[in-house]
Amino acid sequence: MEEKLYTLIIVTENNIGLLNHISVVFTRRHINIRSLTASESKIKDVYTFTIVIKMTEELVRKVAKQLEKIIGIFKVFVYEDSEIIHQELALYKLPISAIKSGINLEQIVRNHNARVLDIKEDYILIEKTGHKTDTQNLLKELQPFGVLQFIRSGRVAMAKPMKPLDDHLKEKEEAYDYI
Amino acid sequence: MATLTQTTKEKTAAPATQKVSGSDAVIRSLLAEGVDLVFGYPGGAIMPVYDSLYQNGKKIEHILTRHEQGAIHAAEAFAKISGKVGVVFATSGPGATNLVTGLSNAKIDSTPLVCITGQVTSNLLGFDAFQETDMIGISMPVTKWNYQITKAEEIPLAFAKAFYIACSGRPGPVLLDITKDALLSSIENFSYQKVERISGYYPYPKIDMEKVREAANLINNAKKPLILAGQGITISGAEKELETFVNKTGIPVAATLFGLTAFPSKHPLFVGMLGMHGNYAPNIKTNEADLIIAIGMRFDDRVTGDTSKYAKNAKVIHIDIDAAEIDKNIKTKVAVVSDAKKALEKLISLVQKNNFEEWLNEFKDLDKVEQDEIIAPNIAPKGKALRMAEVVHRVSEMTKGDPIVVTDVGQHQMMAARYYKFLKPKSIITSGGLGTMGFGLPAAVGAGIAGKDRGVILFVGDGGFQMTIQELATLWHYKIPVKIVLLNNNFLGMVRQWQQLFFDKRYACTTMHNPDFVKIAEGFGLKSRKVQERAELDGALSEMLDSDTAYLLVVEVEKEGNVFPMVPAGAAVSEMILKP
Ligand SMILES: Cc1cc2nc3c(=O)[nH]c(=O)nc-3n(C[C@H](O)[C@H](O)[C@H](O)COP(=O)(O)OP(=O)(O)OC[C@H]3O[C@@H](n4cnc5c(N)ncnc54)[C@H](O)[C@@H]3O)c2cc1C
Ligand SMILES: Cc1ncc(C[n+]2csc(CCOP(=O)(O)OP(=O)(O)O)c2C)c(N)n1
Repeated sequence: MEEKLYTLIIVTENNIGLLNHISVVFTRRHINIRSLTASESKIKDVYTFTIVIKMTEELVRKVAKQLEKIIGIFKVFVYEDSEIIHQELALYKLPISAIKSGINLEQIVRNHNARVLDIKEDYILIEKTGHKTDTQNLLKELQPFGVLQFIRSGRVAMAKPMKPLDDHLKEKEEAYDYI
Repeated sequence: MATLTQTTKEKTAAPATQKVSGSDAVIRSLLAEGVDLVFGYPGGAIMPVYDSLYQNGKKIEHILTRHEQGAIHAAEAFAKISGKVGVVFATSGPGATNLVTGLSNAKIDSTPLVCITGQVTSNLLGFDAFQETDMIGISMPVTKWNYQITKAEEIPLAFAKAFYIACSGRPGPVLLDITKDALLSSIENFSYQKVERISGYYPYPKIDMEKVREAANLINNAKKPLILAGQGITISGAEKELETFVNKTGIPVAATLFGLTAFPSKHPLFVGMLGMHGNYAPNIKTNEADLIIAIGMRFDDRVTGDTSKYAKNAKVIHIDIDAAEIDKNIKTKVAVVSDAKKALEKLISLVQKNNFEEWLNEFKDLDKVEQDEIIAPNIAPKGKALRMAEVVHRVSEMTKGDPIVVTDVGQHQMMAARYYKFLKPKSIITSGGLGTMGFGLPAAVGAGIAGKDRGVILFVGDGGFQMTIQELATLWHYKIPVKIVLLNNNFLGMVRQWQQLFFDKRYACTTMHNPDFVKIAEGFGLKSRKVQERAELDGALSEMLDSDTAYLLVVEVEKEGNVFPMVPAGAAVSEMILKP
């Protein structure tokens, strides 16, 4: 079966040990996590982990079921790229000489919908959000200026359908008995 | 403990409150959960708990095993036989790490345990203090849940969660790691409420009747159906429902190693054990069946052999409480994610009787082959040397399915499973998923306590016996009358068999130069005897069975005996072989 990029949105309790638990499910199966982001959700004390992995559909379904067994995990959503809106954030640090290099840095920043976050005596810091290919393209264009530092965050994503998280959680709760 | 309080729904009744120490709170919490027996081993960090145990008089009995691994295996067997949660105490560091094998064993075999480990004082955590081990980190992959308690006030709720999690849904081991300062400080208002629900934990899936109807439809239309019964039936307490279902439909039943006591072996529709060393007919017929009805079993690779060639002619119905088991190893047609008992109750009213006479006769034909080629020559061998099979067979004939049979891991385990005729539920205690050598003797301690009225026979090999041999002292200390049948081949037999079959008889490091087991047993205060002649076997077995106290019978068996039939590693179940 063909390997694809999947985004897992894991909805959990606010609990220190869970990250360790989650990563064990992947490491046990020799699965490389491409990116991981932890964040609060709109519900108090409910957190979300957004994990990007490349694997077959069969395996991703099995992994999702293993994750849902962990106590403290409410729900695991598995999405293909077409089902979500996703973003990453990248930062680029260039030497201040970039401004005087003769190439129009401002135009590049505008064309890429990036922005300047900070300018100091010796460097200039640019920020861009977008898909990986977008932030990567900007990196390529900035390379001639002598990029001092580059960093990209993990993916954050939201599913396209309207259904609110509360409804998902309620449905899940109602599908089970507790004693 | 923000997360615990926020996420737990408690019973509303508010019991009286009292100021108590953390360690007293531990004992009170255990009493509130109905615990009257624990297994354990003391040490520095857990001493306050032992002190509270002592001060609480005889309310909770403590079994001092001779090793923490012994304590946890004993607790596993105790849990399985008693239907209660097994409770273990161990100290920090080495005491706690000695539990790891047992935790892993209990996790894979779905055994409910609550293990309580002492931990260094909370302000020393992470500073390599004396006897500090990161037990939360170590035990995380081998527990159903674990939690570190650093404040006395957390104790009642953490215990309530631990017991609820250990025994609800698919059972499993829980570890509570308690820092010494939490044990020594006090709680102003101790009150204990059992937990009935924890957020983010979904133990009992509601049954989907649509799936049940689909399953019934497949069952009613099948020509060659086969039921695969597993431990889930025992955990669910669905033995009666299974029998009713089988009697109503007329469908034959095969069992996993753990399913052997889910269905009476003398029922005419029982067709034997599945898997690598199971019976011939059910393995061969798995690949001819048009419908497989798997109930509370997880298609372990010892059961399926090569999954790409497994049950390819069958539609598979899988009834299991754990959604993660569905499609994990074998693709299902209809999945009923439910407790086995509930699912069977619903199914019973929807199924009808069909005539499977021809299909059943095919099982009988293969059965006869196994009977003639394997079973008969093994229980009545022509050669001089005693064989494991005949010993187990004689014990089975003499005890008639009454006692609890405990095994260690190896050839003798498979022989016990194959040749003992199980008639009652909860009659086999063995290490299945992990295959833990050294499990047998301590498990016999736990089974002996929980199953006092039934008695315990332990079948063990000379290798595994020496892994936890110190627990003979526990048998003696607590006067637990376990009858030990040591099937001594002076080899690590199961490994030697593989060396013979798959490594051209290169017996690397599997020969055993054994001590005088009879003397050892006597040193531990047990009665003991050795037999090597067939003529003496029955007499020796009777003497052992008649003994009021623990007894070690050393039976010298054929050195290079093999377990057959066998599904060679990597082969299909239908490629099961009857001889090398
Ligand atoms: C040397 C050796 C040889 C072995 N050879 C064999 C062999 O030949 N044949 C064999 O069968 N085994 C063999 N085993 C054992 C094997 O490794 C597995 O442990 C065993 O097959 C598992 O049986 P099971 O699936 O019934 O039980 P478990 O592994 O305990 O699985 C139980 C299943 O039931 C489910 N369940 C739990 N509670 C409920 C409930 N209330 N309702 C519904 N479902 C529930 C669980 O989710 C799980 O899927 C061998 C082991 C060793 C060490
Ligand atoms: C703790 C542990 N170590 C190693 C093994 C591998 N192993 C499986 S069976 C076996 C041989 C068991 O020999 P013995 O206890 O003499 O029993 P027999 O097979 O001869 O009946 C070994 C070494 C294991 N299952 N468990």
